[in-house]
Amino acid sequence: MAQSNNSIKKILTVAFALCIVCSIIVSTAAVALRSKQQFNQELDRKTNILEVANLYESGMDVNETYESMITPRVVNLETGEYSAEHDPDTYNAFESRRDPAASRTLSGERDPAGLTRVEKYSTVYLVGDPDDPEQIILPIRGQGLWGLMRGFLSVEGDGNTIVGITYYEHAETPGLGGEVNNPRWQAQWEGKEIFDEQGELDPAIRLVKGGASGETEVDALSGATLTSNGVTNMLQFWLSPEGFGDYLARFREGTSQAETQGADVELESEGA
Amino acid sequence: MSAASPKSVLTTPIFKNNPIALQILGICSALAVTTSMSVSLVMTLAVIFVTAFSNLFVSLIRHHIPSSIRIIVQMTIIASLVIVVDQILKAYAYEMSKQLSVFVGLIITNCIVMGRAEGFAMTNTPGMSFLDGIGNGIGYGFILMTVGFFRELLGAGSVFGFTVLQPVQDGGWYVPNGLLLLPPSAFFIIGLIIWVLRSLNPEQVEENEFKMKANTQPKEAV
Repeated sequence: MAQSNNSIKKILTVAFALCIVCSIIVSTAAVALRSKQQFNQELDRKTNILEVANLYESGMDVNETYESMITPRVVNLETGEYSAEHDPDTYNAFESRRDPAASRTLSGERDPAGLTRVEKYSTVYLVGDPDDPEQIILPIRGQGLWGLMRGFLSVEGDGNTIVGITYYEHAETPGLGGEVNNPRWQAQWEGKEIFDEQGELDPAIRLVKGGASGETEVDALSGATLTSNGVTNMLQFWLSPEGFGDYLARFREGTSQAETQGADVELESEGA
Repeated sequence: MSAASPKSVLTTPIFKNNPIALQILGICSALAVTTSMSVSLVMTLAVIFVTAFSNLFVSLIRHHIPSSIRIIVQMTIIASLVIVVDQILKAYAYEMSKQLSVFVGLIITNCIVMGRAEGFAMTNTPGMSFLDGIGNGIGYGFILMTVGFFRELLGAGSVFGFTVLQPVQDGGWYVPNGLLLLPPSAFFIIGLIIWVLRSLNPEQVEENEFKMKANTQPKEAV
């Protein structure tokens, strides 16, 4: 028995049989649990969107609140207009970044966040009335110290005041860069402003060491300079005209326009 | 060894022959996943499952494993089980699997699992091997839970997420010790546990392999 165990025939038979059995077990588990896992990922994404908008309370029905409060829309990053080409419920901006037809390359100074490729269309999430949202939630991503960080930034309807920031996927050092998800650090973001008063297109928001002063500065993470730089860089990119800059500009200009339009409608209805 | 009873197989690895404290195996994951008790518990359950079933399956086919490829056969079985565990966690405990992240996958390289498969399951019956796997998983988990208890209590002021010592930032009196949330603190705690266990069971203390010489005197150097 012991000798025949080491014959080439026996070795190949055992190896082959083992591989077949193990691969069947592994693939069965993967396929059987896939729908459940996707449901969890989806739920996690929705929870993060609600969290960044300060709408999340533990124990709430995430799906129901999400459906009633949040409207996803696809934005053309080049023009800043909404796009009807893609269905916001099924379009996956993160996957499209690899598709040469749906993305463009970035290099050098135009790529502060280290993305290499960026999609042409991206999904934003609007809180409240989609035509005059209370909050606009933007997906952001960029290189941290150890890898890609993905998160959401929530901006008020004026296109300038920040509500919150959260990261749902990152590989930063726990206790140092991982503190991007520390609620105390995140709380600092509320009320900060993205742009200087001049109304320029380049975002001014950044992390600073040793005490933030002013409306466009946030305290950097102590002991995590490279993660802090990564956060600054990805905000600089995604809020510039390369990212959502043009889109946000419509809200910054449009705040007053929307009000006057609303007033016109009222006048007309009175006249009628 | 041959006269091992099922009970001794199950309980010896917990104190007398603990895989972490005596054999010093599986230290890496013990440093990484012990920042909170709930994470340690899930990791413990995952390791118990993997050691128990890898031992069982290796033992079931032990008469058919060619000795020249036995290590890779064991690895294949262990890796398959770990992937199954990872998939189950992602489906039913998503938050937890996010916290454990890569360390579930690294159970594959946990020396305890491999060590028991090669050292015990290859020469014992399936039933005994299964119990041995559970015993060693519990032994690993015992250390993990103890380390996790001290790290979470002193580092974050809570146990299983319930606040015990009210931390200063929430208006309490306790100043959390940040060092205990970093991996090196687990080294200190594991070191202290080994000290306690060897004081209780002096037979665990190893003989010195060599004798240290006295320090060089200054005049000898001249």
